Amino acid sequence: MNTASPLNKEKPKNRRKVLLRMAKYFFRYKFTIFIVVLLMLSSNLLALLGPLLSGMAINAVDLPGGVDFQAVFKYCFLMAIFYVVSSVLSYVLSVMMIRLSQKIIRKMRQDVFEKLMTLPVGYFDRLQAGDIINRISYDIDTLNASLSNDILQAATGIITVVGAFIGMLLISPILLAVFAITIPISIWITLKRSKSVRPLFRKRSASLASLNGFSEEMLSGLRTIKAYGREQQISGKFNEKNTYAVDAFYDADYHASLIGPSVNFVNNLGMVLISTVGSILYLFGRILIGDITSFLLYSRRFSGPINEFANIMGEIQSALAAAERVFGVLDEAPEKEDAVDAEELVSPEGIVEFRNVKFGYNPEFPVIHDLSFIANKGQTVAIVGPTGAGKTTLVNLMMRFYDPQSGVISIDGTDIQSFTRKSLRAAFSMVLQDTWLFEGTVFENIAYGKDNATLDEVKAAAKAAHVADFIEKLPDGYDTLITDGGVNLSKGQKQLMTIARAMLSSAHLLILDEATSNVDTRTEILIRDAMLALMRGKTCFVIAHRLSTVRNADLILVVKNGDIVESGKHNELLAKKGFYSEIYRAQFE
Amino acid sequence: MRTIFSYLSPYKIRITFGLLIKSIGTFSELFLPMIMAYMIDEIAPTENVTLLVVWGIIMLVCALAALFGNVIANRMASKVARDTTERIRKDLFAKTLSLSASQTDDITVPSLVSRLSSDTYNVHNSIGMMQRLGIRAPILVIGGIAMTFTVDPILALVLLAVVPFLTIVVIWVSKKGIVLYTDLQRAVDVMVRKVRDDYTGIRVIKALSKTEYENAEFSKINDNMVKCETKAGVTMGITNPVMNLLLNLGMTAVIIVGAYRVSSGKAMVGEIIAFTSYFTIILNAVISISRIFVNLSKGSASAKRIEYVLKREEELIPIPEKESAADDCAVRFENVSFGYDAKNYILKDIDFAVKKGGSLGIIGATGSGKSTIVALLLRFYDVTEGAIFIDGKDVRSYDRHELCKKFGVVLQNDFLMAASVRENIDFERGIDDEMIESAARFAKADDFIRSFEEGYDRKLSARGANYSGGQKQRLLIARALASRPSILILDDSSSALDYKTDAQLRSEILAHFPETTIIMIAQRISSVRFADKILVLDGGKAAGFGSDEELMQNCEEYRRIYESQHGGEDL
Repeated sequence: MNTASPLNKEKPKNRRKVLLRMAKYFFRYKFTIFIVVLLMLSSNLLALLGPLLSGMAINAVDLPGGVDFQAVFKYCFLMAIFYVVSSVLSYVLSVMMIRLSQKIIRKMRQDVFEKLMTLPVGYFDRLQAGDIINRISYDIDTLNASLSNDILQAATGIITVVGAFIGMLLISPILLAVFAITIPISIWITLKRSKSVRPLFRKRSASLASLNGFSEEMLSGLRTIKAYGREQQISGKFNEKNTYAVDAFYDADYHASLIGPSVNFVNNLGMVLISTVGSILYLFGRILIGDITSFLLYSRRFSGPINEFANIMGEIQSALAAAERVFGVLDEAPEKEDAVDAEELVSPEGIVEFRNVKFGYNPEFPVIHDLSFIANKGQTVAIVGPTGAGKTTLVNLMMRFYDPQSGVISIDGTDIQSFTRKSLRAAFSMVLQDTWLFEGTVFENIAYGKDNATLDEVKAAAKAAHVADFIEKLPDGYDTLITDGGVNLSKGQKQLMTIARAMLSSAHLLILDEATSNVDTRTEILIRDAMLALMRGKTCFVIAHRLSTVRNADLILVVKNGDIVESGKHNELLAKKGFYSEIYRAQFE
Repeated sequence: MRTIFSYLSPYKIRITFGLLIKSIGTFSELFLPMIMAYMIDEIAPTENVTLLVVWGIIMLVCALAALFGNVIANRMASKVARDTTERIRKDLFAKTLSLSASQTDDITVPSLVSRLSSDTYNVHNSIGMMQRLGIRAPILVIGGIAMTFTVDPILALVLLAVVPFLTIVVIWVSKKGIVLYTDLQRAVDVMVRKVRDDYTGIRVIKALSKTEYENAEFSKINDNMVKCETKAGVTMGITNPVMNLLLNLGMTAVIIVGAYRVSSGKAMVGEIIAFTSYFTIILNAVISISRIFVNLSKGSASAKRIEYVLKREEELIPIPEKESAADDCAVRFENVSFGYDAKNYILKDIDFAVKKGGSLGIIGATGSGKSTIVALLLRFYDVTEGAIFIDGKDVRSYDRHELCKKFGVVLQNDFLMAASVRENIDFERGIDDEMIESAARFAKADDFIRSFEEGYDRKLSARGANYSGGQKQRLLIARALASRPSILILDDSSSALDYKTDAQLRSEILAHFPETTIIMIAQRISSVRFADKILVLDGGKAAGFGSDEELMQNCEEYRRIYESQHGGEDL
């Protein structure tokens, strides 16, 4: 076995397993594949007959008694027909392959996306968006190219090599023996390509990627660099990486520059050998002149695929690696199934209890150690504490984005794990600090909160969220397209729209993550009013930053390092002179 | 293109020499089929085996000349491309960093990034390819056709007749291809956007049980991609079969026409064989010429984009100093207005001063012009009217480095590198470890830095994603403090900190940096009320200026902000 260099990460780990799984995708299209194989065989065999016929035609030209026109026409006519048919067949074949691979790719893409939708939220916290996008676009694309192209090329290559070899053997074993001298050179080229050139190209793209990453990173900090006057130092670093990248580029080019001329040389050497030895044989009457032509044509067909072999194998290999990454997503464990006897949670009263809850994203490092509290119907529970103390984790647990390692969370006295996830989540409405709007119209974004919401309902919700005036001033009103995460809206306006979305829901439980900063005073007042309207009559959990919210809450949970260190009402907590009063006083210092 | 050519000119001799070698190699290749025909038609009938072998050896020499000529020339070309690209990229990066802020705004950062990455890559490729194929392909086509005409003009015409068809196919397919691939790219963009959207909104999607809806939406996008991809593939797939067909039919025609020529004694059989070889050579060369055109058009478009940046004139050059009066103010704004055009002012008539060692708080709604004050102070832009003085001297008369040395700055959404904590605080200024660590202590960052095993040597991931928002802000503040600046600017740099840490940090800075003038921009009133003076901004104008106490009494905007953050028993 060759030693795997660190750059050889394109290799799939378990080739057989991946192949088997790919085969399953193919197996659905047995019939199409049967036809494809048939077409491929016939198209290639017809193309292979060409050189033989042209040899015969030339033999008919080079007769002692002059040209036998009838024979020349016959062979040329046959040749033309074969070539036309073969070309048509090969086009039909490639169209079929494209359609087939598109069917498979479509299925895979859909599988991956639907799988993503079933994965637990934790998966998305772990993986970067770019990573997921890479798999669903770049990796599947690589697979696609390989399916529609490489496989066909590889199969065609094999048939051509074998066919050309047989052709040469039939024409003249002696010429073939002489021509065989070129084969080791072809093999050397193939080896050179896969052993030394390909790794260099990988190094080349890696160094280029690192250079581009560096300039992207540094340009994102352009102002900081200028503010500190560090232009020269950063340029110096860039130049180092630049030199490394162009050197890697040159290195790859330097070695690759052998390949093209060498392939040409193999062809030329073939021509030299065939014409010299062919002429000598011709001189002694051991070969006909047309046979030399046929032989020459076959020899070209023979070396072509051999020289391409390394490339195709490399591509197939990266396709398998891509397939492995795609299957990696498909193999992720989805959210646990609902319990078999799970019930629907229908319009709960809204009494939420945490009893001895322990949880860690990594079970070895609990974020929440032992948490207990009760929120009664219609109460407002404020969760306060320093950043990173585990406030969002409480929300994750209530919505069952994660399940606790031990302890029980219940609604109206029933463990939430005995409800279906869908009905549990439907019982909550939520407004998060990171407002989420997708690419679509304003209407679609607000209506997202309720199945089949009507325009009137959306308008009413927008009005209640104090955002109706603003929306009506937009160029297309409710049909205005929100693009790219809603950059054409201010943060406050986005927040108001997500409040409107939450307004549409009739849930009795509400989760609010208050926005902290970057909202101007007037919008802030609007948001506060809108949130108040939303909270009316619901059991609310508020990750609170605003003191007015905290002060008026029915229950304040002070979270520190994953534990509730204090709980109670504002005045009680102040009287305790503990952690809460410390935080509270800090802002008046 | 002129600028790019000027980068190539130092290598004129190397390029010329390389092209010469290339031409020799290419021409020797063209002789091969001709020699072959000569051997079959002229020498074989004389039954002179020695002569056949001699000519065989001559052919071999030609083949070897082609091999070495091409390899050497290709390597020389790569070297030229390497050296040229290195210099272009170096200059481009330096130029990019020296652009003024308004020039950067004009070109935009993402565009600058792609000019540095994909455009320099395209130019690199083009320079290499032009030298490798730019001379070879034309020689093969023109030389090849010339050779065939000397062998047999009529047969050459057959060959020549195929070339236009081939050209048409190549041009048609590549034209179509551009359109189809643009469509496809658009479809891919839609899909990527969908996946990105759903990635960020997965909690909302799950909370609202919208997965089936999302699956259906994705299915539509998926179908559209399949449609585009199939169309592009089916169109582009025409090239190969048609090329092969033209090649093979041409060859058949050569044999038929050749038969007539042989029959009438005007040609010999060996010539037909030579023709089949020329055919292959010429057609392949035509295909590579089409590739050259695609590559060249990409390369020259990229070259233009690079030149556009390189040709930007230097802005914000220091102007000669006017008399500078002695001034006990570290920062003074005199009737400063700023705007990109005369009608839309971002700042209007801003007038204030901060004493050396004093402090200024700036508060106001988003878009009220807070960060613009910082941008003007650092001379990212020049004021439209009025003037800004730092230590009594107009900012416009400072040398850039002299100006930078005075400041320690944390900008809004500031930037952390994928490097160690230490490197991030040092930020290429060569500050010693002791200063770095004491700065981290003042910034209340030392504790959490040390809570990780590698401490100050722990690497940050891109944009500091492995530290929390509050931790990142404290690292940035440490960076600003590390050089013990005379003016410290903190633009919304503690918004992710809780009140308590925020307060501790402030008192730490006030205690240890008594000489430093502090400018603090914030959303929270609690973060600025410590300052000697507070500037309240509203829509680019000063709505109030004074101490916390004064403003509470006479500034309505200030009171309103206070109310929204602290007040209201109305819940």
